[in-house]
Amino acid sequence: MALIELKGIERVFQLGDSTVHALTALNLSIGTGEYVAVMGPSGSGKSTLLNLLGLLDRPSAGSYQLEDRDVTTLSPDEQAQVRSQRIGFVFQSFHLVPRLTAAENIALPMMLAGIPSRERNSRVERALADFGLEQRADHRPDQLSGGQRQRVAIARATIMQPALILADEPTGNLDRHTGDEVVHLLEALNASGVTLVVVTHDPALGARAKRQLVMEDGSLKQDSAHAPG
Amino acid sequence: MRLADTLRFARDAATSYPMRTTLSVLAMSIGVAAVVILTALGDGARRYVVSQFSSLGTNLVIVLPGRSGTGGFNPANAITSTPRDLSIDDAASLLRAPAVKRLAPLAVGTSEISFGGRLREVMVAGSTSDFIPLRNFELAQGQGLPEEDWNRGSSVAVIGAKIREEMFGNGPAVGQLIRVGDRRLRVVGVLKSLGQGLGMNTDELVIVPVALAQAMFNSNTLFRILVEAKSREAIPEAKEQVMNILKQRHRGEEDVTVITQDAVLATFDKLLGALTLGVAGIAAISLAVAGILVMNVMLVAVTQRTGEIGLLKALGATARTIRLAFLAEAAMLSTVGALVGYLLGQLGAFALRQAFPVFPAYPPDWAVIAGLGTALGTGLLFGVMPARRATRLDPVQALMRH
Ligand SMILES: Nc1ncnc2c1ncn2[C@@H]1O[C@H](COP(=O)(O)OP(=O)(O)OP(=O)(O)O)[C@@H](O)[C@H]1O
Ligand SMILES: [Mg+2]
Repeated sequence: MALIELKGIERVFQLGDSTVHALTALNLSIGTGEYVAVMGPSGSGKSTLLNLLGLLDRPSAGSYQLEDRDVTTLSPDEQAQVRSQRIGFVFQSFHLVPRLTAAENIALPMMLAGIPSRERNSRVERALADFGLEQRADHRPDQLSGGQRQRVAIARATIMQPALILADEPTGNLDRHTGDEVVHLLEALNASGVTLVVVTHDPALGARAKRQLVMEDGSLKQDSAHAPG
Repeated sequence: MRLADTLRFARDAATSYPMRTTLSVLAMSIGVAAVVILTALGDGARRYVVSQFSSLGTNLVIVLPGRSGTGGFNPANAITSTPRDLSIDDAASLLRAPAVKRLAPLAVGTSEISFGGRLREVMVAGSTSDFIPLRNFELAQGQGLPEEDWNRGSSVAVIGAKIREEMFGNGPAVGQLIRVGDRRLRVVGVLKSLGQGLGMNTDELVIVPVALAQAMFNSNTLFRILVEAKSREAIPEAKEQVMNILKQRHRGEEDVTVITQDAVLATFDKLLGALTLGVAGIAAISLAVAGILVMNVMLVAVTQRTGEIGLLKALGATARTIRLAFLAEAAMLSTVGALVGYLLGQLGAFALRQAFPVFPAYPPDWAVIAGLGTALGTGLLFGVMPARRATRLDPVQALMRH
């Protein structure tokens, strides 16, 4: 079953007089539980694609079906609901709220979703244990290392048990070793059934994925699922 | 998001930008404190004047010789040139009026008082036995003027507290013979000290029978007739009756002016009430300015936290959730500001009362309610706009600015 079904996606940015075609005539299908790496040169449209998949951005044309539901026509509130329940984000620069502790950052999506604090606490506790952050629960982001921050971010992305995790260069700000740790965490999540889409510049990391997409100038240049041979 | 979570989130957000938060709370509290203190001042002035006027006596109707300027030009007056004087008999005739409870004619002048070689100038009030109770004066020693024929003044005097002190020191006053002008008078009573009020200072007053005063000043006119009506409701009636009797006695000429204390009071009350309102208006403007400051602070907050707003959206926050969070923050800033301002204002009013004990500088309830209401209202109102702006941000654009 296809989790994601993109058909004829266009994304055009208007910059003054000039128009930038960030995505052109993009067709893509990603099945449930897949592990996909998106690669390609800078400016090829990888982040734009990921933002579209995460409903942070709307395509200029084309249709996007998520779990057999056309999500481009949803109202902003319905889209927020989908982001809350079905999608988890992991960013290159972590995007933690600086004034909140690790535990509070992890709990944030549940708080926004209106989950009672009792349940939040027990789920956060489990997540802290799962990601080896028990000792860091009350630390704020500036008191954490990069690897710890990204682990907090991944814990936050998974706390709502989403079907899809989108990671935009999750290891871009980390050294090799901590980067590998983070990748292993993401892969473990994928192994448990969560669909994983990772944007990366790192060929070694890309090679670990079961499926590689290579983008160029806003379109798919290569898809290992349809690779010749 | 749950309400408790929204409030906690807003509180944490406010406290994590202490400078910004302090500034807007300060602005708001200065505005509210200004309302409280200024209206306390205005209303204090009003109450002070009202209480001073009330202390003149209760249900007073005052008769003055001469037509008041508001009557227009009267050719009869123009020919007689000087209005007919008020006489003791005029005053006595007013006792006939059914709405009049009691009255006191009043003749005034200055003279010299001497006792045992000490000498000073004094204000002399000539009146009758009812003068002291009618003006709510109280006696410290002795008694008031005797009940007697108003046209036969016996040689007695009631003196003010300060006169007693200056003339007699620690010695006894009642029963002593003093000289006032060219008369020898026996002191029969001493007034209680009242301090300086509106009207005459009773501490430096000598009260003698009205006929005696007229003889001393070689005149047979009165300065005023003080009339006390039977009740507050009877004041207009008493005024009418007094006017009619005097008109009759003065051959149909309305050559006196009758004023009621109520009218004077009402005028002052209105005037000072308007003053308080005006002052409150100025303070309200400062509140509105504070509200605009809160708005700017919140707009800066929205700009500063653009990335955070984008993140919240990415994590599934609806527009409503974000709007509420920013609104709650604005509401908190203005609530804390309003409360701090209220306390500061009450403290200021308290300090005023300590510094000027005679001045009842209490902020009126309406001003406090309006002040707090305006603070919260403007805070919320001006919080809405930044909150709306926050929700309109495009999640990707917002995130990119993180
Ligand atoms: N908000 C925007 N306004 C205008 N142009 C944009 C905007 N976002 C992206 N673009 C343009 O769209 C194109 C694709 O950008 P995108 O960020 O998707 O590239 P990318 O593949 O993620 O690059 P990188 O590897 O450097 O992150 C680029 O040419 C970029 O300049
Ligand atoms: Mg990118």
